[in-house]
Amino acid sequence: MSSTSSPVTTASQPAPAPAAGGSKGAPRLRTRRKHVPGRPRRSVLLTVLTGLIMLYTVVPLVWLVISATKTQEGLAESSGLWFSHDFALWDNISQTFTYNDGIFVRWLLNTLLYVVLGAGGATFLAILGGYALAKFTFPGKRAVFAVVIGAVAVPGTALAVPTFLMFSKMGLTDTPWAVIIPSLVSPFGLYLMWVFASEAIPVELLEAARIDGAGEVRTFFRVSLPLLAPGIVTVLLFTTVATWNNYFLPLIMLKDPDWYPLTLGLSAWNSQAETIGGDVIFNLVITGSLLTIVPLIAAFLLLQKYWQSGLAAGSVKE
Amino acid sequence: MTTLQPPAAVTRRPDRPPAKRDRRSWTGWGFIGPFAVVFAFVFLAPIAYSIYLSLFRDKLIGGTSFVGLDNYQQALQDDQFWDSLVRVSLFLLVQVPIMLGIALLVALALDSGRLYGRDFFRISIFLPYAVPAVVATLMWGFMYGTKYGLVGDINGAFGVTLPDPLSSDLVLASIGNIVTWEFVGYNMLIFYSALRVIPNSLYEAAEIDGAGQIRVVTAIKLPAIRGALVIATIFSIIGSFQLFNEPNILRPLARNAITTDYTPNFYTYSLSFNGQQHNYSAAVAIIMGLITMVIAYVVQLRGMRKGA
Repeated sequence: MSSTSSPVTTASQPAPAPAAGGSKGAPRLRTRRKHVPGRPRRSVLLTVLTGLIMLYTVVPLVWLVISATKTQEGLAESSGLWFSHDFALWDNISQTFTYNDGIFVRWLLNTLLYVVLGAGGATFLAILGGYALAKFTFPGKRAVFAVVIGAVAVPGTALAVPTFLMFSKMGLTDTPWAVIIPSLVSPFGLYLMWVFASEAIPVELLEAARIDGAGEVRTFFRVSLPLLAPGIVTVLLFTTVATWNNYFLPLIMLKDPDWYPLTLGLSAWNSQAETIGGDVIFNLVITGSLLTIVPLIAAFLLLQKYWQSGLAAGSVKE
Repeated sequence: MTTLQPPAAVTRRPDRPPAKRDRRSWTGWGFIGPFAVVFAFVFLAPIAYSIYLSLFRDKLIGGTSFVGLDNYQQALQDDQFWDSLVRVSLFLLVQVPIMLGIALLVALALDSGRLYGRDFFRISIFLPYAVPAVVATLMWGFMYGTKYGLVGDINGAFGVTLPDPLSSDLVLASIGNIVTWEFVGYNMLIFYSALRVIPNSLYEAAEIDGAGQIRVVTAIKLPAIRGALVIATIFSIIGSFQLFNEPNILRPLARNAITTDYTPNFYTYSLSFNGQQHNYSAAVAIIMGLITMVIAYVVQLRGMRKGA
């Protein structure tokens, strides 16, 4: 990520930054403690301090990767932050996929289904809604806005029990719909899309398209949608994380393990250890956890250019 | 942030009014309609249903009957509910400032341009956000273990006996650590994004006035991102009051320390799914929702007014 303001090359030693005009080695050593945009001095101390926070966030992930290489016995015997003598990563992965008739694969496919329909649908609805709020004046617009913002403050989990009872009466519980339908609404996505659409789509362009005789739907798909791409990636990533990581909703809605997403499956495997006669499979819990987070981390890393610019646009609103 | 030119982004206000020639028409509803319909189904209908449920009570004989506000009255006198509320309030008062404080410091450090390897730091500190609460809790749960976990390793290596993170004295702090770990990077990113769009001209003006680094932070950066700070605080408050996943997943490891009424959410869940007391559970949930909304609203008012 090259940045807009920071220098590409900076002397690693705290040598004085050459002053704009006469930089023929003239010793302008007067320390400049001011914030100079584009030419800040690197600080070792600050880097070390931030490095400590980074250790805090990264060490558990390192622990996870290392632990995934160990057998059940190796986990108990060896230190958490170094490898055991037996390297069992591949064995663990194949066991994770095959244990209990490959139920993990089933959970993975369920999660993908919930993400494609839930997060995909949520993103699509947020794009349409955000676009409407940004580019149209319509009766009830202020009310829509007030209701959505107000409802965001209602704890999602406070809704869970009545939603469960409602869905239960409609016969939707214990089906994928019970997880997918509530995932379709992302107020945060709507908000982000609204801010993004306000900024990314020039009104003149819409007017030009309308004058050319394009209908609203055609204008939306041909003119607006391409301009919204970074915002769409951002919203899609955040709704994907929300759906992929969802735990509470499936926990109350689903009884049949065949419909579990990965999160619910992993916690079921974990608590299996304490049931009488239950198989202790902590090595599979750990390897399964690693397999669960790898796709999301990969998506964030690969797409960071897009979602970060999308998020930055969202923050302008503050 | 490659594509973004901060000054341009700021000068173009996103909430300027739509085109003048946009007639007030129903076209907009065509676009927001689908969202509105699903929203009504999964947000508004459950709220309404919840209010309805909370006014009834299951009787052993004679089925369900209307009891008015009895459930609310019962909840307000319910020690289990109050204990759980006090517990999450304590959690909130300690965990949220620590988490947001660290997030803000990291965001300011990243934004100062004084770090080596800034982009690397930013993405590594953000990564835990992509980890599900289930996985985060399982991971930390293993690491907390005094026998085989990291705590056990440290005890073995140094011949010490660290206090058990899963004992009833410490388990709330241990949960706080997990939540902090999960969300510090997310909040950092919110703050950082807000910092990036501060126009450079403000810094130039500050420089001419001879303002130091600290002064720039207090006089320019913090006021400029006040909105982001308020939003992050509100979301953190809502999150704390909703605490459920982490204690629920940690419970098998700390069964004595984490009871089924550990947090208000855990309590409503247990009432509903283990106790079949749906009506009472609905009343407790509504009270929690109201408390959350009031506090979020107060924070918003105070936060927005300060120095504005």
